[in-house]
Amino acid sequence: METLAVQALTGLASASSLFLVASGLTVIFGVSRIVNFAHGSFYMLGAFLAWTLVSHAPLAEWGGWGFWGGILLAALAVGLLGAAAEMVILRRIYRAPELFQLLATFALVLVVQDLVLLLWGADDKFGPRAPLLRGATEIFGLRFPRYDLFLIAVGPVVLGLLWLLFHRTRFGILLRAATQDREMVAALGVDQQLLFTGVFCLGSALAGLGGALQLPREAVTIHMDMAIIVQAFVVVVVGGLGSLPGAFLAALLISELHAFGILVLPRITLVLAFLVMAIVLVLRPYGLLGRKPEGPPPATEAAAPLPGPAPRWLQGAGMAALAALLLLPPFLGEYPLILLADFAALVLFAASLHLIMGPGGMASFGHAAYFGAGAYAAALLARHLGAPMEVGLVAAPFFAGLVGFLFGWFCVRLSGVYSAMLTLAFAQIAWSVAFQWVEVTGGDNGILGVWPSEWARGRLAFWYLSLALCGLGVWMLRRAIHAPFGMALRAQRDSPLRAEAIGIDAFRIRWLAFALAAAMAGVAGALFAYGKGSVFPSSLDIPRSVDALLMVLLGGVHSLSGPILGAVAYAGLQEQLSRLTDLWRLLLGLVILALVLFFPGGLARAFYRRRGA
Amino acid sequence: MEFRNSFPRLGRRGLLTGVAMGVAAPAVLRAQGNAPIRIGEINSYTAQPAFLGPYRNGWLLAQERINAEGGIHGRPLETLFRDDAGRPEDSVRIAGELVASERVALLGGGYLSNVGLALGDYALQNKVLYCASEPLTDALVWSRGNRYTFRLRPSTYMQAAMLVEEAAKLPAKRWATIAPNYEYGQSAVRWFKALLSHARPDVEFVGEQFPALGRIDAGATSQALERLRPDAIFNVTFGTDLLNFVRQGNTRGLFEDRVVASMLTGEPEYLEPLGEECPDGWIVTGYPRDELNNPVHTALRDAYRARFNELPRCGSIVGHDTALAIATMLRQANSTDTEAMVAAFEGLRYPTGYGTGEVEFRALDHQSTLGAFVGRTKLQGRVGRMVDWRYADGARYLPPDEQVREWRPRQN
Repeated sequence: METLAVQALTGLASASSLFLVASGLTVIFGVSRIVNFAHGSFYMLGAFLAWTLVSHAPLAEWGGWGFWGGILLAALAVGLLGAAAEMVILRRIYRAPELFQLLATFALVLVVQDLVLLLWGADDKFGPRAPLLRGATEIFGLRFPRYDLFLIAVGPVVLGLLWLLFHRTRFGILLRAATQDREMVAALGVDQQLLFTGVFCLGSALAGLGGALQLPREAVTIHMDMAIIVQAFVVVVVGGLGSLPGAFLAALLISELHAFGILVLPRITLVLAFLVMAIVLVLRPYGLLGRKPEGPPPATEAAAPLPGPAPRWLQGAGMAALAALLLLPPFLGEYPLILLADFAALVLFAASLHLIMGPGGMASFGHAAYFGAGAYAAALLARHLGAPMEVGLVAAPFFAGLVGFLFGWFCVRLSGVYSAMLTLAFAQIAWSVAFQWVEVTGGDNGILGVWPSEWARGRLAFWYLSLALCGLGVWMLRRAIHAPFGMALRAQRDSPLRAEAIGIDAFRIRWLAFALAAAMAGVAGALFAYGKGSVFPSSLDIPRSVDALLMVLLGGVHSLSGPILGAVAYAGLQEQLSRLTDLWRLLLGLVILALVLFFPGGLARAFYRRRGA
Repeated sequence: MEFRNSFPRLGRRGLLTGVAMGVAAPAVLRAQGNAPIRIGEINSYTAQPAFLGPYRNGWLLAQERINAEGGIHGRPLETLFRDDAGRPEDSVRIAGELVASERVALLGGGYLSNVGLALGDYALQNKVLYCASEPLTDALVWSRGNRYTFRLRPSTYMQAAMLVEEAAKLPAKRWATIAPNYEYGQSAVRWFKALLSHARPDVEFVGEQFPALGRIDAGATSQALERLRPDAIFNVTFGTDLLNFVRQGNTRGLFEDRVVASMLTGEPEYLEPLGEECPDGWIVTGYPRDELNNPVHTALRDAYRARFNELPRCGSIVGHDTALAIATMLRQANSTDTEAMVAAFEGLRYPTGYGTGEVEFRALDHQSTLGAFVGRTKLQGRVGRMVDWRYADGARYLPPDEQVREWRPRQN
């Protein structure tokens, strides 16, 4: 019994640290509606800065004051960095389509990863223990770290201070007003820019504080950003976007469930948070304490009413590209063929996500689930039934489509970031099944020997197969967008009320679109698997989903040429840069930042503009 | 000294220009003369820089020495290092690039087990030689072993067997385990349980913890172990997870009056970051770099420090030994024909940088008999060290040959 009480206290300490990070994220989202991937990077920067400050002179020589001063200084510095990021980068792209800012924040993640590596080196670092809170204290005869007791108090204190800020200061009241109705606040003459910079400063400082306060408890590592960001998002979404008490409650719920969950099921560590998120979102579509947002999301750009036939120059360019892809490969070496086949699969993958994000008006953070479902369908058939490639390629879209049908039923009911996060939850659940069901899926060692049939084993033959299937897939997606089905899809996106009035069943249309996109992603996944000869859980992991998201956003969501361009540009850049230098993430991040700032409508749109001018 | 490192180098044929201009790759047949022998090396450099930086340094040091001695019958070695970013599917693509475009004679590398397995399967399909350096998974040479794949480092099974030997001598009866939640952790726990139960039928395993790799909730996990009241703990966590686990465990008194047997913890990679937190008396496998004074190792350590201005780590020895083993094999094969290289690799003997004598790549399963050091941790001053250590020869910690034959697929 005593051990259970101590376990609960341990859960409380974790909840507090999680809340600190999540609170900053939820404050930023509430006002700016930016899905800030870089929040984890600010957390990591906070930890590294604090480490440098407290373990080196002059602060290290000042004892207790030096330590706590260092922590606060680090948080402050990170706040200023956050404000700078807002002023230099994000401010310029508020008018871009929803989620486009995500691309910029992801680029920041890449840049910070390499900068931290350059500045602080690769080794994990231990900070000093906190003065006065060094040891443990006895609770029910068990030792409990004093610092954890302190952390337990910090969470509620920060929550209280934030409450005071939001309810008792002019700045806070304006922030709350902006959370509810940005346009109105602007109309009343409040300087929006200052407000936004302020909120970024506050949010980032909270992330930095969260990171710095981990110093006496955990090692400072270059992987901290990725380890925390997904968890922080889960907490924010489970609590309800923009809701501070919600975030606190969610952090508490997840940490306590985790603390007790591992007593019963030690292997649940991988999936627990996502299970909680899926259940909460299915039962409460706006999180525990979130409210349904009023009005359309800000800064959305109305799309052109109907995509006409492609302009003549684009048709010409498309035909020329197709001719080149058909005629040139026999003269290419083996490696360009391998790359081309990879690109084909990624193009179809991105195009399938585009159906959801563009015409569908939804977002998906977990599209890799269907890519991976296709890959695993092929691999499982090959492994357990010895099925040849032809069978695998036929089965993949059906299996992936089925998974999409199932997950989609839950996901398309929700809207915006909630829906996107639910897709992420399902994708992570699927990932953990592939990861942990070792007998069937081979676990993280994957399934080997998924090679094409004899006739397609040559690189050239495989390229033509990829081109044919992906070309067919993209063509089908295009047909679907231009068919009445696609118009209905666009209609429910642009005006749900009017669409419903003319008899469009928005739910059904979205659901079907989701399943269709999933099936196409499945084809891409199966092709990718046969191209590599093996399948691993990484094919349905978060980085793969993020890849798809980045490709679509980079290319532009407005037309189908967007994801095609985006996929080739992103995969090509990554391939070239990673051969060029160890610092390819830094370069890739900078290139993406440049593209974001110069082409805030995506690459495809930039091409259109140039032609149109 | 000739320094042939192609590492930061521009891909010779940019894909986009290649596609746009339709430049066909001319199948150049290299003149045998003094042209370098190229090795393609693939590793997770950006995902695991703390371990792979020293590894690459060790490799480069060995390569520089070999080339200074005249290379392989007059031909220098040249290694192309590539980053797979920790993704097995990328490693396969890069393998294709290295073999098809860069015309490497063989592949090496791999840190993560799944990357190693993906490359091993690529080697089998394309009949290319692959010398795995770091991946630990047993599957690489046993259940999914093949004719073209060799592995240097002592595997999960071997490391677990080394610890079991010591663990069986302890009076402890109630054991708890903690391991990262993926194949390496699960296999290590499985072998440890099986081997220890065999050696000591009276021991009992009272519980287990499987924190997510890199995301351990150290407080809750230590508390959960404490609750089991074990006599001893078998630990497989490493890196960040290990640091956090040890700090929480120390604060909560988890390790007091308990023995801990811990995989890899004695390697400087993991021991050094622990600093003053280093617990006393853990039974570990590792590498007692500073106390290992024999002529071969001392010379290597000094040369490494002179060249890179830091001390080698376990990864450095692995990188050094891989390059050395490949060079020894190439000298014997006297050809870069894959079948000839496979024939030379089987039963190959080379002198390890540990200075503990010769190591053999077994013809039976292509596993090298490189061992590890088994000892106890001790905090000396402000850093942890390995004490009371001995070299555990890998050959002694492998299962019987009949068993290996049964596990390993036939025909390949």
